[in-house]
Amino acid sequence: MMEELLHSSPGLVNFGIFFLLGTVLLLVVLGFVTYAILAERKVLGFMQNRMGPNQLGGKWGLLQTAADVLKLLLKEDTIPKLADKPLFIIAPVIAFAPSFMVLATIPFTDKLQFADIGVGLLYYIAISGLTTIGAVTAGWASNNKYALLGGMRAAAQMISYEIPLVMSVLGIILLSGSLNLNDIVAAQADTAWFIFLQPVAFFVFLIAATAELTRVPFDLVEAESELIAGFHVEYSGFRWAFFMLSEYVYLFAMSALVTILFFGGWLPLPFLGFIPGAIWFALKFSMVVFIFIWFRATFPRLRADHLMEFGWKVLVPIALANIFLTALGKELFEYFF
Amino acid sequence: MIRTEEMLLNMGPQHPSTHGVFRIILKIDGETIIEAKPVIGYLHRGTEKLAEDLQYTQIIPYTDRLDYISAMTNNYVLCHAVETMMGLEIPDRAEYLRVIAMELGRIVSHLVSWGTYLLDLGATTPFLYAFREREAIINLINELCGARLTFNYMRVGGVKWDAPEGWIEKVRDFIPYMREQLAGYHDLVSGNEIFLSRVKGVGKYTKEEAIQYSLSGPTLRCTGVKWDLRKDEPYSIYNRFDFDVVTRETGDCLSRYEVRLEEIEQSLRIVEQAVEQFPAEGEILAKVPKIIKAPKGEAFVRIESPRGEIGCYIASDGKKEPYRLKFRRPSFYNLQILPKLLKGENIANLIAILGAIDIVLGEVDG
Repeated sequence: MMEELLHSSPGLVNFGIFFLLGTVLLLVVLGFVTYAILAERKVLGFMQNRMGPNQLGGKWGLLQTAADVLKLLLKEDTIPKLADKPLFIIAPVIAFAPSFMVLATIPFTDKLQFADIGVGLLYYIAISGLTTIGAVTAGWASNNKYALLGGMRAAAQMISYEIPLVMSVLGIILLSGSLNLNDIVAAQADTAWFIFLQPVAFFVFLIAATAELTRVPFDLVEAESELIAGFHVEYSGFRWAFFMLSEYVYLFAMSALVTILFFGGWLPLPFLGFIPGAIWFALKFSMVVFIFIWFRATFPRLRADHLMEFGWKVLVPIALANIFLTALGKELFEYFF
Repeated sequence: MIRTEEMLLNMGPQHPSTHGVFRIILKIDGETIIEAKPVIGYLHRGTEKLAEDLQYTQIIPYTDRLDYISAMTNNYVLCHAVETMMGLEIPDRAEYLRVIAMELGRIVSHLVSWGTYLLDLGATTPFLYAFREREAIINLINELCGARLTFNYMRVGGVKWDAPEGWIEKVRDFIPYMREQLAGYHDLVSGNEIFLSRVKGVGKYTKEEAIQYSLSGPTLRCTGVKWDLRKDEPYSIYNRFDFDVVTRETGDCLSRYEVRLEEIEQSLRIVEQAVEQFPAEGEILAKVPKIIKAPKGEAFVRIESPRGEIGCYIASDGKKEPYRLKFRRPSFYNLQILPKLLKGENIANLIAILGAIDIVLGEVDG
């Protein structure tokens, strides 16, 4: 169905269908964000010997996030007197919009995808880079020193870690011969999941992804014990919620990307093909999200200069070596077999 | 034309990592600190001045509020000073209760220090683990004196309450549990590469500098100076116990962290022995007059609090209130070295250095 839609001519009906499907995806993602936050708090609670949310919505706290969002909506919206007003207002939007844009290319199953474009992977990385601008803008516009430091850190960190992120997936592109996310999954169906063929790339990607998401141990951007909250220190109410929302949507998108690139997307485990692909995707995806939450419960925060050093002096060379070895391996494999 | 500018950053008094209402005025270039100027006094309550109008027993609750993480040692230093002036004999059972309470307090203090330090460095979980163990100890102390934070437990001549039935056994059971958890702490944090990269070689000072700046406690012992008043000037009944003075050689943040964790182990040893030797019965309060009057004269005593040497000076003109009371508050003295350590560091290191000094603002400001 998706296939036909994607190749049909533009028209009002098609637009309507796309709009409807987009809304559905939005709701799915918002639902995910709602329960990802709850899951994070519950898992953290479990790891840290406490209950987590347990009041609102039964003992699982199922309505906790909804209540939190409601509270944020009702909060007074404050803008600092000396802030750069237009920039201050637009910054959350700049940070937030790309986070939803990247979702378009992600194939949740072989049928469920919104834009099957040839350079899906490239699109994802290019668009997600835009969010940095939002963070820097917010940091600058707030006219707050902590925010400025946070914004500077955000720019440095996100740019530095984008490079190993891209480099690490080059090995996968070499193996699958495509930038299209669908083709990448299809290539894994022919051989094996890329986590087995590209273990080094997986680790580099996971580390760089954690840094891109500015999650622990790379949460220097909003290091609450150093910079209070970093670039969004002056934000309150729903503007602040936009930053948080974009962060969790990225968590969604990045986990989906990891699932697709390394865990074979919707591909089932052998002999378990009767379980639908969407469930496989959800399972693998949840596992990746869990890893990110696990990180958060375990690690202390890196220091800014170590972060840079680690990115440039460790991750980039490893990623480069990985590309070289992958290419070499591929050539040798084709030569002998 | 690109132009850089120094920035003045007011860190605190409301800041999550200054451990209270501490303020540092930072002159920074990017994130590099050019100059740091600590500002203290936001929590000043004039304990010493207030004490001049209070009877000795009434001063004890005020000492709880100095170093509120480890109130037992503060209780003790005041009582010890008055007892020294009066030349009192303290009953054995009271001394054992005091030592057990103080050492449990030391463990609590180091646990809080450990947890908050890791929280400062961005790891949230250790904080909650530390507070779980703290809770167990606080419950024990609660059974002893009915308070969880400001104990008001000691009196001139002994302690206020006897140990309830079965309490000593509970303390005994707690020791192996704590040892097990301590091993877990090391597993979780001590070998973590990120943690080590944050603290190794950061905030270094030498033995000589530590002495020049009048540092004491773990901040002194981390440089290799073997100086612990419990060993070197034994007070109370500390000479009856076998324990080691923990030292490290490097004098960086990591060494301070290690000293504290190992001191928990040593405190457990002391508690273990104290519980073993605990007299089955006996008085808990020496024969003291209803209204305590220190004889005319002056006295200075010092003991080892978790943060360093806490001293108490009393000048008395023979009345029931002291003429002048002065505390040597270790947090305040330990803080002196901060501006020197911060020069040239970045903001992330500031947090690591300040956290490793382990100040309690109630004590800094008095």
